[in-house]
Amino acid sequence: MKKNEGTIAMDPVSQLISSFKIPIGRWGKTFFDFLTTNFEWFFDSIADGLTVVLDGLVDLLLLVPPVLLVAAIAALAWYLQKSWKLALAVALGLLFIVNQDLWQETVETLVLVVGAAAASMAIGVPIGIWAAHNERGYRYLQPILDLMQTMPTFVYLIPVLILFGLGIAPGLIVTVIFAAPAPIRLTHLGITSVPKPMIEAGEAFGATKRQLLWKVELPAALPTIMAGLTQCIMLCLSMVVIAALIGANGLGKPVVRALNSVNIPLGLEAGLAIVVLAIILDRISRIGTGAAK
Amino acid sequence: MTAAVDFKNVDIVFGAARKEALALVDSGATRQEILEKTGAVLGCAGANLTVNEGEISVLMGLSGSGKSTLLRAVNLLNVPARGNVMVKDGDRMVDVAACDAATLRHIRQTRVAMVFQQFGLLPWRTVAENVGFGLELSGVPEAERKARVERQLKLVGLDQWASKYAHELSGGMQQRVGLARAFATEAPILLMDEPFSALDPLIRTKLQDELLQLQAELKKTIIFVSHDLEEALKIGSHITIMEGGRIVQTGAPEDIVLRPANDYVRDFIANVNPLSVLTAWNVMRDRRDLDHGEDGWVWLDRRKTTRFKVDEHGLVAAAERDGKPAFWVSCADVEAQPEETTQVFWANPGTSLKTVMLAMHRSQTAPVALFDDQSRFVGAIGVRDVLSAVLRR
Repeated sequence: MKKNEGTIAMDPVSQLISSFKIPIGRWGKTFFDFLTTNFEWFFDSIADGLTVVLDGLVDLLLLVPPVLLVAAIAALAWYLQKSWKLALAVALGLLFIVNQDLWQETVETLVLVVGAAAASMAIGVPIGIWAAHNERGYRYLQPILDLMQTMPTFVYLIPVLILFGLGIAPGLIVTVIFAAPAPIRLTHLGITSVPKPMIEAGEAFGATKRQLLWKVELPAALPTIMAGLTQCIMLCLSMVVIAALIGANGLGKPVVRALNSVNIPLGLEAGLAIVVLAIILDRISRIGTGAAK
Repeated sequence: MTAAVDFKNVDIVFGAARKEALALVDSGATRQEILEKTGAVLGCAGANLTVNEGEISVLMGLSGSGKSTLLRAVNLLNVPARGNVMVKDGDRMVDVAACDAATLRHIRQTRVAMVFQQFGLLPWRTVAENVGFGLELSGVPEAERKARVERQLKLVGLDQWASKYAHELSGGMQQRVGLARAFATEAPILLMDEPFSALDPLIRTKLQDELLQLQAELKKTIIFVSHDLEEALKIGSHITIMEGGRIVQTGAPEDIVLRPANDYVRDFIANVNPLSVLTAWNVMRDRRDLDHGEDGWVWLDRRKTTRFKVDEHGLVAAAERDGKPAFWVSCADVEAQPEETTQVFWANPGTSLKTVMLAMHRSQTAPVALFDDQSRFVGAIGVRDVLSAVLRR
């Protein structure tokens, strides 16, 4: 009971309603307590596994001299988009980050973002395909997706923290929760909007359900699914700072530190690095959009 | 003749209230009444139609008459609510409305191929890959697939375009790809759902001609949906006219034109030029209906200007016109004949009415005789017969 509560004039009905508070919060806590006491080994092993893989990847990439890695990423940009201008811009942007002495943080962020985006796609695309063939299921799925995207991140930060501890693993999981709805929605959209004549062409020539999916639906939906990938990567990147709050290393860390110490120069440097990374990832990941028209 | 596709009492209903709708169908309700009472859309009702091997059967009607709906029941893109759709599969007839998934797939992959109005090509595949689509689905090995695709592309004259994408081609070319894709599976039955409607008139005529040429060679069974009567008369060996989901009339093109079953069909054929459909056979008077004189002489016309002497084998032994002896000439090259009053033209049953009229013109309105392929006299056409056919009286 807070002190000022008595000062609000309450009518009898409202008083009756508020006389018994539904203990949602406590139920939730009981549920998470149950999970931690009974399945701690399960969540711990997930967390440990993820940490080993992700940290190992970061260490591996940091073994490579920054300039070489910059060149490799620029080459990848050229390979995917066939544009010298883009490759050059990518190289310059990354060299700027190296110059700002934020290279290690950038690599950590890159691993987190790419890992989370890959996990989101691996989860989201199959669910999206299922939902596209099961409109009833999608009706039930939709409110869950809304919940995942609108529930303030800090709220599920707490249970994730309890279940998985601190570090890069909970950071990845929080990011996936936030980013996975995008590929689910766009895969669903892509497959449900495949033109009917194409589906019928497949059926008329005797395609099985599986052939229809692989030879007609997925190729036709590919541009939309790829738009989902781009969106997913951007959503993952937007979680970098929040992931830093539960101990994930990366560019989020200097931002949080800058906030806590009111350090304008540090905040600006790290913020700019995130923006540069965002632009680079966005441009590189626009695969197939427009090409398969 | 054996049936390739046989529709037996096929009803197709779209919507939830199928039972109620079918009860209304049985009581003979119209599509509008069924829609108002049950909310279900009647696709087609009580359709009975046999399509024989090797013929081009055209389903005709205005949009919404159920012609496409019926066509799409053959490969079960539309599922009949009642009735059987028998499709020939080797030596047996399979009811696609009742068969299992594997049989249906077998029918779709090897027995029935389809050509779509909007082509239904896959834009991320090249022309060759599109043509090979059906073969790929049925698991034809790559080497054989390539060879068959190449052959089909040559057949439709697109071998230069094999590696292009569909959107790089004109509409007419895209539909040729659709045709090649359907031919590639070597399915004996071909469903064509208004395949040329989306094309401009010149290309349409060209593709119709090409289809007829290919058909002369390939001898497929084709069910062709069209809303264009000229097209139906041109390519159809049989025409079925549908209205409001029901079959109104089925018959050979000239039957439809000469004996329309009701006003709906009559409206349909109102603007058709009978000369382009009718043949000598359709307008002739049978030999037995002609006036017989003595000694085997037969009058060819009602005015009694011309007569033939016919022997016991049905062959013509002598001819007389206006009391003078005459000779009989084939009207095959009527343009080359001089205008003489001593000749009588003869035609075959398949000769077009137009040629018969030309022959009459050349011979100054003499009647035209009809010989069968053994040169036996079978009937004659007088001016009045021609006039009543053209005026449809």
